[in-house]
Amino acid sequence: MKELVITAETKNLDEVMTFVDTFLEEAECSMKAQMQIDLAVEEIFVNIASYAYAPGTGPATIRVGLTDDGSVFVIELIDQGVPYNPLAKEDPDITLSAEERKIGGLGILLTKKSMDDVQYEYANGSNILTLRKSIR
Amino acid sequence: MLNVTKNVENGKAEVFAEGRLDTSTAPEMEAALMEIIDGLTELTLNFEKLEYISSAGLRVLLTMQKIMKKQGTMKVTHVNQTIMEIFEVTGFEGFLTIE
Repeated sequence: MKELVITAETKNLDEVMTFVDTFLEEAECSMKAQMQIDLAVEEIFVNIASYAYAPGTGPATIRVGLTDDGSVFVIELIDQGVPYNPLAKEDPDITLSAEERKIGGLGILLTKKSMDDVQYEYANGSNILTLRKSIR
Repeated sequence: MLNVTKNVENGKAEVFAEGRLDTSTAPEMEAALMEIIDGLTELTLNFEKLEYISSAGLRVLLTMQKIMKKQGTMKVTHVNQTIMEIFEVTGFEGFLTIE
């Protein structure tokens, strides 16, 4: 797996995306899967940057790899901030009108919808979110 | 990277968004729209050259929809298939006018 350790700040998002996209391009990921992976990575990294160490900041570790047959992309997003399981939160009601909608909660929903599998684990003082997505 | 261009005339505006509407670029999209929102009765967002939208971009759309609902109409045009899928899974197709 390849690893990037970076300060969890939204201004570093572009660097994170470049790291992920470079890997995906080398892995010959389909355009559609790449966009869906971008979407999930943006949502999770921005969440870490916004909440994990608030009001301060700290490191985020991003590990990317492929399964043995090269068909599935695996990414781990890790922080040592406050324990937080984003999957435990209830999905927003997507049947509401614009007026009734609250701004928020869409990021995790989009992550779950665009990935094949999302797992959360808290271990050794770290939040570890593992995403899997077929790249063919 | 996002390029925003605007045609504004007699309370009607067409806004072209080109590139990526994400966490980094959503604030400039929102600022560009807020500049022209006063007295606007028709807002058209042309997404023909928009390649990517994340929840930060969706939040801008929701904000604009709430404002325009009170003072006129808003529509989104030339939405590509990948962005349309994002509107579908988030339920945004339910309240946006998409042409």
